[in-house]
Amino acid sequence: MKQASRVLLRNPGGMIGITILVIAVAVALFGPLLFPTSPWRMVQRPFLPPFTLSGFPLGTDALGRDVMAGIIYGARVSLLVGLISTLASLAVGIPLGAAAGYFGGKVDDALMRFTEFFQTVPSFALAIVLVAIMQPSIVSIVAAIAIVSWPPVARLVRGEVLSLRTREYVQAAVVTGQTNWWIIWREILPNALSPVIVLASLMVATAILLESSLSFLGLGDPNLMSWGYMVGAGRTVIRQAWWITVFPGIAILVSVLALNLIGEGLNDALNPRLAKGGR
Amino acid sequence: MSKRKILMSVATMCMLSTAAMAQGPKAGGVVNAVIQPEPPGLMMGLVQNGPTQMIAGNIYEGLLRYSPKLDPLPGLAESWSVSEDGKVYTFKLVKGVTWHDGKPFTSADVLFSIDFLKQTHARARGNLVQLDKVEAPDESTVVFTLKQPFGPFIGIFEVGSLPMIPKHLYEGTDFKTNPANNTPIGTGPFMFKEWQKGSFIRLVKNPNYHVKGKPNLDEIYWHVIPDAAARSVAYETGKVDVLPGGSVENFDVPRLSKLKNTCVTGAGWEFFSPHSWLWLNNRSGPTANKKFRQALMFAIDRNMAKDVVWNGLGKVATGPSGSTIRYYTGAMPKYDYDPAKAKALLKEAGYKGEKVRMLPLPYGETWQRWAEMVRQNLQDVGINVDMVATDVPGWNQKVSEWDYDIAFTYLYQYGDPALGVGRNYVSSQIAKGSPFNNVEGYSNPEIDKLFADGAVAFPDAAREEIYAKAQKILVEDVPVAWMLELQFPTITRCNVKNLITTGIGVNDGFRDAWIEK
Repeated sequence: MKQASRVLLRNPGGMIGITILVIAVAVALFGPLLFPTSPWRMVQRPFLPPFTLSGFPLGTDALGRDVMAGIIYGARVSLLVGLISTLASLAVGIPLGAAAGYFGGKVDDALMRFTEFFQTVPSFALAIVLVAIMQPSIVSIVAAIAIVSWPPVARLVRGEVLSLRTREYVQAAVVTGQTNWWIIWREILPNALSPVIVLASLMVATAILLESSLSFLGLGDPNLMSWGYMVGAGRTVIRQAWWITVFPGIAILVSVLALNLIGEGLNDALNPRLAKGGR
Repeated sequence: MSKRKILMSVATMCMLSTAAMAQGPKAGGVVNAVIQPEPPGLMMGLVQNGPTQMIAGNIYEGLLRYSPKLDPLPGLAESWSVSEDGKVYTFKLVKGVTWHDGKPFTSADVLFSIDFLKQTHARARGNLVQLDKVEAPDESTVVFTLKQPFGPFIGIFEVGSLPMIPKHLYEGTDFKTNPANNTPIGTGPFMFKEWQKGSFIRLVKNPNYHVKGKPNLDEIYWHVIPDAAARSVAYETGKVDVLPGGSVENFDVPRLSKLKNTCVTGAGWEFFSPHSWLWLNNRSGPTANKKFRQALMFAIDRNMAKDVVWNGLGKVATGPSGSTIRYYTGAMPKYDYDPAKAKALLKEAGYKGEKVRMLPLPYGETWQRWAEMVRQNLQDVGINVDMVATDVPGWNQKVSEWDYDIAFTYLYQYGDPALGVGRNYVSSQIAKGSPFNNVEGYSNPEIDKLFADGAVAFPDAAREEIYAKAQKILVEDVPVAWMLELQFPTITRCNVKNLITTGIGVNDGFRDAWIEK
């Protein structure tokens, strides 16, 4: 693991990604201390262009709300949604995939058919339907994103487990009489984790995009300022006031890019074959 | 600020240019207008939603038309008289009027239309509730006899409220499945010609129209363009010349109004006078407390909403009646923006930060922004607002099942408090299942009696006194939080003249419209 992190730190793309992510996390954590007023508060005249008043570097939106404050508070929502929904989908996908891969046979069939059921439905359409049914709120959005994004995790874990369970050290564990779940937990999963970590970093990026898309369509939590909401709300006035959409758009772009770079870097670092080839 | 100035200067420029080049209407020309959304049908006796009225109001006609001050004007009736006891209304019809298919229009058609609309038109049914009998002593006279004097009666003959239906096409048929519904036949200035579903509706000039020299235009195309941004573009590129009220997002209005040869007006909605307010649930929660409701009125900055969200169009509402409604009185307690007073009232009300659910009206960006603004106003005085996102069916259901604390809405008022105001405040209108009745659950026997008396009081002075009293009580009690008298700006090329001359604006406006070359 130590070696892996060294490889990651030497990877320029990964480094850039990590730097951006650290900044984003810092903004999400400490930004509200610098901007204590609510991002919904109307603080200046509407449609104030960026870089005209020192207190409002990114200008104001159609109601005179500070775009900068919106982006800072939006970072919270985006990162939180990305993280929690990814954890939730891992919590569903890993056990299902592990069970399917380890037990095989009918269990595998049943679980994989169930997984395919979710995979055949276009994930964004399903997310829209779920949020619309459950009513837009932060909980329903996280749930919807988790529900549409666990199947790839399950499939990945299943594949890994499938190949690991025939290894000798696993068979040795079976012979020593350890329980199935203990074997999965102690022997197999730790070795299956590398690709899952890579996938998870990309899933956070996808989740941020999904949340933004939902908010853009007006299915965001109406009580939380998010980047997707800002883009969606500014869309109608984009010809008068480009900055209302452009800055949150850049925020989405940069954070998703950062997560992808990290994912690539992790892939290089954690994949032994690639890592060796790189050296 | 500057935005409003520009709007004003554009308006003045348009007026000046009219004055400078004052000349008679010219015949000929085609007008392209936008219709949003595409209407489900054009048979006005059966369908009465907004887009239908906007198009079919130029195909069909009512007995009367109404000025922007809502005074009756001749329509299919050239003159009318009211008996001294206020119970008998006699209409003389214009002679020599024919339907678009050439058959003559007579008093028999009027009698038939009344029967027809009683079966198909909920609002007409309500308006005719005081009608005892209607007779036609001769071909061009119709006599309405009422059970008791009903002041608003003279206001119910507008084309969308009581359109004349051709008896010879509908008598003895199943109205809903009659094939004539697809090719509406009226007496109006324009005849239905063609409907390409999803694309356009085409009306052509009625050469035998009963008003000599009208209409001036040869054709009207109503274009169906589903996306708001695309409608703005259609105007900018010159594909359409008329954007009726509500067809583009408010945020686009200032930009479009700066275009060359463009006139913007808020006129033409006086009859409907859309009135917006917040339903406040009077039954439970903090909103059941009158002091809390008054606090809301002081907490909300309605002037700012008008200037920012509605681009300066409209008027701050002072009470249950819009200022264009008969017997409106401004002599009432005022609720100016005063957060300090709101906070004091909240304290008096004993409000402890309970969560208050707010439903925005899901009609697009403007309404969403407005709700966000009001939420901020309320949070500023310490009210814990939780905005609930819904779609149109969800909004309808929540409001009509009384599952809300605060909910945005706007309703038409139809010129008279007995037609469009009382329904929201009298206790007989408390019934689950409709988002248009007394949804807030306000119940006050005094108000019930005043509205009941006001509808049938005679003469007008007596009604005026009653409604002034009712308005005063309501404004004191704040059963709902009145927001703005809305104006939906109509955007046209300045050389389209005389389009809006009546209280229903574009709906019957093409009769007098002409194009300056």
